[in-house]
Amino acid sequence: MITRRILMASVAALGLAGAAFADGHAKTKVGFVYVGPVGDGGWTYEHDQGRLAVEEAFGDAVETVYVENVAEGPDSERVMTQMALDGADLIFTTSFGYMDPTINVAKKFPNVKFEHATGYKRADNVSTYSARFYEGRAVQGHIAGKMTKSNIIGYIASYPIPEVIRGINAAYLHAKAVNPDVEFKIIWAFTWFDPQKEADSAKALIEQGADVVLQHTDSTAPQAAAQAAGNVVTFGQASDMAEYAPFPRVSSIIDNWAPYYIARTKAVMDGTWESVDTWDGIPTGMVKIGEITDAVPADVKAEALAMVEAMRKGEYHPFTGPINKQDGSAWLAEGETASDGDLAGMSFYVEGLTGDIPN
Amino acid sequence: MNFGAIDPVLLIASLMVAATPLIFAAIGELVVEKAGVLNLGVEGMMIVGAISGFIIAVETGSPMLGLLFAAIGGALLSLLFAILTQLALATQVPSGLALTLMGLGISSLMGQDYVGVKPPTMARLDIPVLSDLPVVGPILYSHDPALYLGLVLVACVWWFLNRSRAGLTLRAVGENAEAAFALGYKVVRIRVLAILFGGACAGVGGAYISLVRVPQWTEGMTAGIGWIALALVVFASWKPGRAMIGAYLFGGVTVLQLNLQAAGLAIPVEYLSMSPYIITILVLVFLSADRSSAPGSLGRIFHASR
Amino acid sequence: MIALEKRPEPSRWLGFATPLFAVLATMIAGGLLFAALGKDPVAAIATIFWEPLFGEFAFYYRPQLLVKGAPLVLIAIGLALGFRAGIWNIGAEGQYIIGAICGAGVALAFYPFESALIFPAMVIAGAVGGWAWAMIPALLKVRFGTNEILVSLMLVYVAEQLLASMALGLLKNPEGFGFPGSRNLQQYPSAFNADLIANTGFHWGVAAALVAVIFAYVLLSRHMLGFHIRLTGAAPRAARFAGVEPSRIIILCLGLSGALAGLAGMFEVAGPSGQITIDFNVGYGFTAIIVAFLGRLNPIGILFAGLLMALTYIGGDIAQSQLGLPAAAIQVFQGMLLFFLLAFDLLINFRLRWQKGATA
Repeated sequence: MITRRILMASVAALGLAGAAFADGHAKTKVGFVYVGPVGDGGWTYEHDQGRLAVEEAFGDAVETVYVENVAEGPDSERVMTQMALDGADLIFTTSFGYMDPTINVAKKFPNVKFEHATGYKRADNVSTYSARFYEGRAVQGHIAGKMTKSNIIGYIASYPIPEVIRGINAAYLHAKAVNPDVEFKIIWAFTWFDPQKEADSAKALIEQGADVVLQHTDSTAPQAAAQAAGNVVTFGQASDMAEYAPFPRVSSIIDNWAPYYIARTKAVMDGTWESVDTWDGIPTGMVKIGEITDAVPADVKAEALAMVEAMRKGEYHPFTGPINKQDGSAWLAEGETASDGDLAGMSFYVEGLTGDIPN
Repeated sequence: MNFGAIDPVLLIASLMVAATPLIFAAIGELVVEKAGVLNLGVEGMMIVGAISGFIIAVETGSPMLGLLFAAIGGALLSLLFAILTQLALATQVPSGLALTLMGLGISSLMGQDYVGVKPPTMARLDIPVLSDLPVVGPILYSHDPALYLGLVLVACVWWFLNRSRAGLTLRAVGENAEAAFALGYKVVRIRVLAILFGGACAGVGGAYISLVRVPQWTEGMTAGIGWIALALVVFASWKPGRAMIGAYLFGGVTVLQLNLQAAGLAIPVEYLSMSPYIITILVLVFLSADRSSAPGSLGRIFHASR
Repeated sequence: MIALEKRPEPSRWLGFATPLFAVLATMIAGGLLFAALGKDPVAAIATIFWEPLFGEFAFYYRPQLLVKGAPLVLIAIGLALGFRAGIWNIGAEGQYIIGAICGAGVALAFYPFESALIFPAMVIAGAVGGWAWAMIPALLKVRFGTNEILVSLMLVYVAEQLLASMALGLLKNPEGFGFPGSRNLQQYPSAFNADLIANTGFHWGVAAALVAVIFAYVLLSRHMLGFHIRLTGAAPRAARFAGVEPSRIIILCLGLSGALAGLAGMFEVAGPSGQITIDFNVGYGFTAIIVAFLGRLNPIGILFAGLLMALTYIGGDIAQSQLGLPAAAIQVFQGMLLFFLLAFDLLINFRLRWQKGATA
């Protein structure tokens, strides 16, 4: 009995190693692990668009597989292992919560490449990638500051994590720059996904005088609420939400993973893949600004496009000093730009925002 | 902090919208439970209703037709539950849970081509003079027709259960199925009809979310509201009026906590987010002095054995 | 016309055979569904049921069955005791969360101190946490007659908010650059609930689930208390005449199921999952209700039901990735399996008879 167990364990070890070296297949196999359903119309939907772009770009040379609705934790670890066992060469794990499972599985399969979205742990065969959505937020903030008449801008936030806080700060700084009287009202929905709560949040903000609503949640519920109210401006989030253009949706931030996914797949095919930490934004097209509609005055639109262009060329950084923290202490000096380290872990509001970040 | 920013009139108007899906689903389930059947599949029936209604509304351009087909969709799904529990005499609790699982799956399959589609809007009922009245106008006379349908439904169900002969029969079946059967009532038929009614109501409640409240289609968009509806039936001690009050209370606290956040109230957000659930529990503790109990044969399997 | 005739005694062999019938029926109905979606039905069914157990990589999936099944079984055992007594704990998910928070909280309080006592302390904390969370509906029911279905369910949502706030605040990894989520207990040897034998998936939670099955089996079939629980469910009034104190049974059953759910959460957070995160809970508390009933509220049955559910999850994920089946189709497939299992149970207690004329 005992010998049999040992035998099984060694077979298991061999099996894992064997699978990792089984590189005989002609097609490059790319796996995607999704946290939501591909029909969520937001986060996962856009990742799946990236997967489809990979198939489009390489045709028969690649095979893509995906599993949707994968819970973070042991389920994700199992799904990743299974993809690796089935001979995947490259696996994209598309949620922050997959960080430790990705590292665990990557250790077992040194020859499989992993790409983890929005995390900070890397290894020889694990890259990380994320998007500088705050660049898009800066553009939104500018348009919002110019377009608000009540000087109240509503913001629907999900959870108080650096990504969301960065977005609020970027939007606020740029709204404030063009409109010193602007005030932000922030609702923390404490959910990633609950269209009904998003609808209620948008309504509450509108009823309290907000005539621009920014959202860090993925459903179109706030767009519909704004449309019903009649005179409220919104922006698409994650996907274009063009069905609400030209008004209330006047522009959008689109997650555009396709260029990155295609490039990384190509790198695996060419044997040039290396572990990198990618944090791309407007310059590479990972963050796309959806069409600014004619509901935005022409001069404001021109300014916004100029800002986009400046960021694209790398001439402008949305967090350029002088910027103080909420408590008045200095953060960035005149002309200084924020370091990526500061931005990645951002857990404070900038000066002028009211209220506290939960915990 | 600025409480002046919260307009109580608008608050009440929007809590009525927030509560409407709950009212539909809870009233339907209430009738089912009054007939002695516990169907835990409300969430599944709601989401199937949400997508059925959405598809029909998009294809025909008529939200009202959408609501009708949402009712049909919900009822069709509940028919599975009826077959399982009334004909195959399966245990009701897991059957209802299985129904939820199926409903979530079926709705996703049905809705694959409808992600990112914008449904036709349901026009608000604007009654010339009444809608413009200062306080009562926004609260009472400026909603979509489906919301009023919900209120009418509450009244009808109340009348049916308390004043009609058929309602009396239904309650008798729920109270003591064996005795009702002995008196010559067709227990199984009555229960199947009640289940179908519950499914139809849940379907309409779901479609209200996908067509009016949100309006869009995304997988899993009911996000647990069916469970709240189930809890409300218990909360209401199986009384239609109280179910409506419960839905308003729950919707009200939900909307209020968001308004308080926007107004900058200095209570930690996580406690505000918990408040709808905690307040529901607290109110229930106060109400439980009233010991009107559940229908006598709730959840029990009935078989006419001779 | 088919009529049902009650069997004088439940059929024993059908008790074992109906699950097989149900699986067969599911294969046929599910195969039709998969075919309608344009997939090869035989391959799909084989992937779901065969691949994890006997496929090429079964050496990896078999241990995963234990990892996935253990929390389901552990929670379902506790729930079944309550359901037998007519006590409806719908909120195991919440108790599971609180157990995990308490267990992880104890571990993180001692971090990075190493001691053999830390893990036992976590076990106790997890059980006590789940127990205490279940005591809220229990005491409210005993004291005020408040319905436990509603209270336990509402407390799930409260627990979820608490979990989010813990992951973002108190238990947040101080070295995590501001990101949510606690330290990973897998990297803290004193707290890590590792496989007892490497690569078998057999961690302390699996052991606890097996102990719970045996304990519940003995309790229900051999012990006076088990008899009282069953009596309270079947005939509450008779139970009172027999001297059974209803409030004692309520406190006992809710407390036990809460403690077991808390334990499940604690073993999960200390082992397979490793971290307190915003989305730590994945619905085990609700799925366990299905498992409890699929196992006909019988401890041995629950053991098999838990493993069967785990199998469909694991096989379903494989089918998604290998055959491109949507997750929704797997969900419908699981729903079908439950439907047929529940429907075929009819045959255990009833005989089908052809009859002329109408019946009830």
